[in-house]
Amino acid sequence: MNNNIIECSDVSIYYGPTQAIRNVDITFPKSSVTAFIGPSGCGKSTFLRSLNRMNDLIPNTRVTGEILLDKEDIYSDAIKVDQLRKKVGMVFQKPNPFYKSIYDNIAFAPKYYGKKKKELDEIVESSLRKAALWDEVKDRLHKSAYALSGGQQQRLCIARAIALKPDILLLDEPTASLDPLSTQKIENLVVELKQEYTIIIVTHNLHQAARISDSTAFFYMGNLIEHTETKKMFTKPSQKKTEDYITGRFG
Amino acid sequence: MNAKLANRVATIIITSFAYLIILILAGLLGYILYNGLSVIDWDFVTSPPESLSAGGGIGPQLFNSFYLLILTMLITTPLGLGAGIYLSQYAPKNKLTNGIRTSIEVLSSLPSIVVGLFGLLIFVTYTGWGYSLISGALALAVFNLPLMVRITEEAIETVPKEQIEASLALGISKWKTITHVILPAAIPGILTGTILASGRVFGEAAALLFTAGMSSPALDFTSMDITSSSHPLNPFRPAETLAVHIWKVNTEGLIPDAREVADGASAILVLSVLVFNITARWFGSWIYRRITSHS
Repeated sequence: MNNNIIECSDVSIYYGPTQAIRNVDITFPKSSVTAFIGPSGCGKSTFLRSLNRMNDLIPNTRVTGEILLDKEDIYSDAIKVDQLRKKVGMVFQKPNPFYKSIYDNIAFAPKYYGKKKKELDEIVESSLRKAALWDEVKDRLHKSAYALSGGQQQRLCIARAIALKPDILLLDEPTASLDPLSTQKIENLVVELKQEYTIIIVTHNLHQAARISDSTAFFYMGNLIEHTETKKMFTKPSQKKTEDYITGRFG
Repeated sequence: MNAKLANRVATIIITSFAYLIILILAGLLGYILYNGLSVIDWDFVTSPPESLSAGGGIGPQLFNSFYLLILTMLITTPLGLGAGIYLSQYAPKNKLTNGIRTSIEVLSSLPSIVVGLFGLLIFVTYTGWGYSLISGALALAVFNLPLMVRITEEAIETVPKEQIEASLALGISKWKTITHVILPAAIPGILTGTILASGRVFGEAAALLFTAGMSSPALDFTSMDITSSSHPLNPFRPAETLAVHIWKVNTEGLIPDAREVADGASAILVLSVLVFNITARWFGSWIYRRITSHS
């Protein structure tokens, strides 16, 4: 039985002449949370961004190897990038709601894909409920998203991403700019959301990786050093480098 | 001199420079308004000028100035927005793009009288339109385009990259991202710039002397025939603007009250720019609210 939604083999990523990711093989099972850890500049964010082709925006970026999403190579010419990104949602390090109302932040993309007004109301409510934000904002849906706190803004961004019903959610250090309480809410949310979505999260916070992920991947200098069950990773890592990193000897 | 003292002296000096500028501006404005306001009354603002006797007004010139501004902005805004969007979002970094940028820089440093003479050659003589509003508007567009392009480009560049990423990561197309995420966020900047550009158009005289002309036909506001030269909205009629009129009465005016007319016209010009600025700002924030809130 093969339950993997993404399968990457021999993936290398180059920025011009610099190689940022070296021959990475990794698979992601459906409805699981995978955490990427590693010191700054190790390539974990770069790798994450190759999964929805956000790296395309950076000039002179080149990806070699194969990334299969549902058995389809996402870098083949047959793939429409827009459709790919609809299936692979993303939340960024800094909350980045649009300069629009809370409602329009969520309705913008579904409307673009042709959803009608009545459906939009439902999508907005269900997305906000899933992001555990509905009760806090239901009375001010048409107020600016920037009236919300940082943590609320980040949950709004998560709601915005799941409004498109993606299969996969990529979270790029989603709690790096948030206070502990907001961080905890996002972490609870991630655990909640994995029922429906496959989640890949980049984090600098090892405790966070340990708390919420099923499996953890450790990147170092562009190499994937180890990818294994989170419990095993934090108790009995098989690589010396991993052990050094998680025990705080470097990084 | 110790650091604390140096700091105080420097602060005093730069503060006084700032106040000096305000003082100069206030002095200029005060002088213009003091001399001009006593001349202005309803009759002055609405009646046409006299050619030889005293007591003429500036009605047609005032109307021409506003109408020409609108025509110019109708031409400049789409072109400037288009070029600005292209340069900031689509243009590859190569020699052609650099060439375009350099051309825009050069165009923006052309003296307005040169632009006026170019307009005379192309928009007045070559097209056969003669001295006309459309020729004036086109000449002003040439004069104004570089500014408009740069304003658009700069306003777009200030939109945070995160906004663009957010939209693209949702699978939204680039064009839709530009029109629905980037432009709304850039509108305050674009509008402020457009106001500046408009102020230049409103006060411009040299580029208009030989394009829109130095005379204005008697305007008939009840006329229904837009092809008639007395129809105010006919873009192919000559149209002397307020700034040109001020220049004309000062240099070759035969009316005995030339000084008073020039004073009054200057005050009106300054006040018009003020009114225009305030409405434009209000209009801009209104647009911003409309685009950014619930549709």
